[in-house]
Amino acid sequence: MTTASVSNLNVFDAGKVKEDFPILRQTIHGMPLVYLDNAASTQKPKAVIDAIAHLYTADYSNIHRGVHQLSERSTKQYEDARIKVQRFLHAEDSREIVFVRGATEGINLVAQTYGRTHIGPGDEVIISALEHHSNIVPWQILCQEKGAILRVAPINDDGELLLDEFERLLSPRTKLVAIAHVSNALGTILPVRWLIERAHRHGVPVLVDGAQAAPHMRVDVSELDCDFYVFSGHKLYGPTGIGILYGRASLLEEMPPYQGGGDMISSVTFAKTTYNTIPYKFEAGTPNIEGTIGLGAAIDYLNELGMDNIARYEGELLAYGTGQLSRVPGLRLIGTAKQKAGVLSFVLEGVHPHDVGTILDRQGIAVRTGHHCAQPVMERFGVPATTRASLAFYNTPGDIDALVAGIAKVKEVFH
Amino acid sequence: MSDLDDLYREIIVDHSKKPRNFGPLKGATAQAEGYNPLCGDKVAVQLKFENGVVTEVGFQGSGCAISTASASLMTESIKGKTRIEAESLFERFHNLLTGTVHSGESGLGKLDVFSGVQEYPARVKCATLAWHTLRAALQNTTKESSVETPQVSTE
Repeated sequence: MTTASVSNLNVFDAGKVKEDFPILRQTIHGMPLVYLDNAASTQKPKAVIDAIAHLYTADYSNIHRGVHQLSERSTKQYEDARIKVQRFLHAEDSREIVFVRGATEGINLVAQTYGRTHIGPGDEVIISALEHHSNIVPWQILCQEKGAILRVAPINDDGELLLDEFERLLSPRTKLVAIAHVSNALGTILPVRWLIERAHRHGVPVLVDGAQAAPHMRVDVSELDCDFYVFSGHKLYGPTGIGILYGRASLLEEMPPYQGGGDMISSVTFAKTTYNTIPYKFEAGTPNIEGTIGLGAAIDYLNELGMDNIARYEGELLAYGTGQLSRVPGLRLIGTAKQKAGVLSFVLEGVHPHDVGTILDRQGIAVRTGHHCAQPVMERFGVPATTRASLAFYNTPGDIDALVAGIAKVKEVFH
Repeated sequence: MSDLDDLYREIIVDHSKKPRNFGPLKGATAQAEGYNPLCGDKVAVQLKFENGVVTEVGFQGSGCAISTASASLMTESIKGKTRIEAESLFERFHNLLTGTVHSGESGLGKLDVFSGVQEYPARVKCATLAWHTLRAALQNTTKESSVETPQVSTE
């Protein structure tokens, strides 16, 4: 009995898991939906939808304010979500978890608070050549304002970071490293533990953009020893408009507030305002209560499946997809790093990705086409755009087969 | 799959693979560049405008089949037209793409093959990029010397 239930846990049944996602049970243009746009956003399990519905049906009010029962219930669920995120990221202290709108806002928060107080003329910020625009533009804005310099660590033809080049960029002028954990356009997993260790040798703090990593693998910010880590709820099977900034408590304490307003203060007079303690100092105004509670429900759901099980299953699916797509004549995979997470970005000889996307859509297959908010990556590989199929644990080998058949149809149209 | 055939008509696929009037135009009197930031498509349109009519047109750039074929067919249909006639053609073409005019009633001749785009709202901008660029180039012909290259964006 015990043995059976343990072994059941180890067998990942994606077909069964798919049933937890109501939206996936539909047809598009008369074909069963094959959702392969998970790097853009993931679908929501019924547990998340129910948690949000339950909040509004039974428990909703504003948080941290009322003495009444509903406010207490909402506050409890909101703060419970913070503890769930803390455990999910293996952070030491729940005060290190700041609720923001998404990974983008988390990065902007760090740039505008930590960045503006620690980076000056001639200082340098290091990023990599495979960053999403959200981990490029906030640093450009900061560097322009401060007269600082943005340095870009290059990548090789497989989409792997050149570690020697990265290390060479570190200098006494370096004040911050901001780097992706997983590339959204290529799927490369960066050796962030190593990068953080090297940066710390120079006394440089590191922000990790985990938008594409947190949904696909176990993240341990204590073990990584990173200073900031951000991710988005909507890519983690949770609601849109909620995201996480993890920050080392000692850094958050000394950072100035990001926005002023209610809830971020401990006392206000017209002469002086004393700010609230962390993390509330960074959470001005009524927050995204439903988003936060929905994210907590998503984390509960993921914990049931197990992040290690998810990573293992998605790894197998990626290997299968890579093999199948590699056999398609005229197809070139963009991003062939040895360490990759669920992204299959490709170009098809003689067919523009936009046309590939339209023809796949007519077969019920949802993929992303375009530059994936990573134009410098596209430029690096000499393509204007790619077609990107990105995986989640609810995808099956059958979804990959549908994609391969869909690509055959694309070639038929452009015979 | 018949609706896909409606979008990717044979003539569209043909023009996308073998675009006509593709490449730099010698002695161009006006030009413009167009960009669709959504998909990264770029097109440059050059033309010769003599005695009030377009005598030659060429285009360059990279884009999807719809945008390339639209640019190619546009260059064929625009020759010999005055600025007003070109504007009128664009207006009717746009009406066809957005479904205000139906296939066969557009009076657009060969350009009628783009009627299938009606069913794909996300692709209308692909089909109009070259036309927006042409319009910018034509507006440029009013100036005495056309050293500048106006840039248009579909956003």
